[in-house]
Amino acid sequence: MEQKTKIDVPDGGQELVITREFNLPVELLYKAYAEAGFVAQWMGTKVLKLEHRNHGGYEFETSHEGKVVFKANGTIHKVVPNQQIIRTFEMENLPSSVHLEFLEFEKLTNDTSKLTIQMIYKSEEHRAEQLKLPFAYGLNLAHNRLEEILKNLK
Amino acid sequence: MKLRRDVFQAISDPTRRTIITLVAASAMTPSAIAENFDYSRQTISKHIQILTECDLLKQEQKGREIYYQLNPKGMKQIADFIEPFRKMWEDRFNTLEAVMKSNMHEHKK
Repeated sequence: MEQKTKIDVPDGGQELVITREFNLPVELLYKAYAEAGFVAQWMGTKVLKLEHRNHGGYEFETSHEGKVVFKANGTIHKVVPNQQIIRTFEMENLPSSVHLEFLEFEKLTNDTSKLTIQMIYKSEEHRAEQLKLPFAYGLNLAHNRLEEILKNLK
Repeated sequence: MKLRRDVFQAISDPTRRTIITLVAASAMTPSAIAENFDYSRQTISKHIQILTECDLLKQEQKGREIYYQLNPKGMKQIADFIEPFRKMWEDRFNTLEAVMKSNMHEHKK
């Protein structure tokens, strides 16, 4: 299958760029980010706050089996409907994760659109930390799986 | 697993990245590599050593000289490193598309 999502990590920089084309009208793609109900659905998170406006902000929290496993927040700097969102993003308990995000929404046809997210980190090292995250998360999952197997053996 | 982390640390240093670019073109001796920098031979040797330990460079003995060249195995690990990150976003966006599509249909009803 063709890889729809592309990640560009420019050598020696402190930014990374994620691009993806969607079979969705640009208005709907934008709504996925602008309306709390939609954010909650596709991110599988609880939206504690989403002030989607210039100088707004947001707070997400995800729980698993009663425990909070993910908490993120940020400041929304600027919104241009169906075109752009500029915001910060921070994962709580992970100060290295604070970065600036430029989300550009682009209409391709009436039914397709493109999203480009440019993420700018404090330094190249901070960017590297972020790239490692899903890797660490994968390890974590493997570890949990192992624990489960061990538990069942008892 | 430790190896992977080291690979990433190895390429986070600009001097080491330049060394990778240099030997990517052709195999080089340590002194030929060092000529490209203002640093001491010793400093460059240290960088070469780290890159070799991380499997990014490999040595080849030609007569009396040791040549360094890129190790494809290590370079592949860097590509693999980005992959889980890409996969995470791919999954996320697939969900976004599915969720919004179902909402679009609800909307039209």
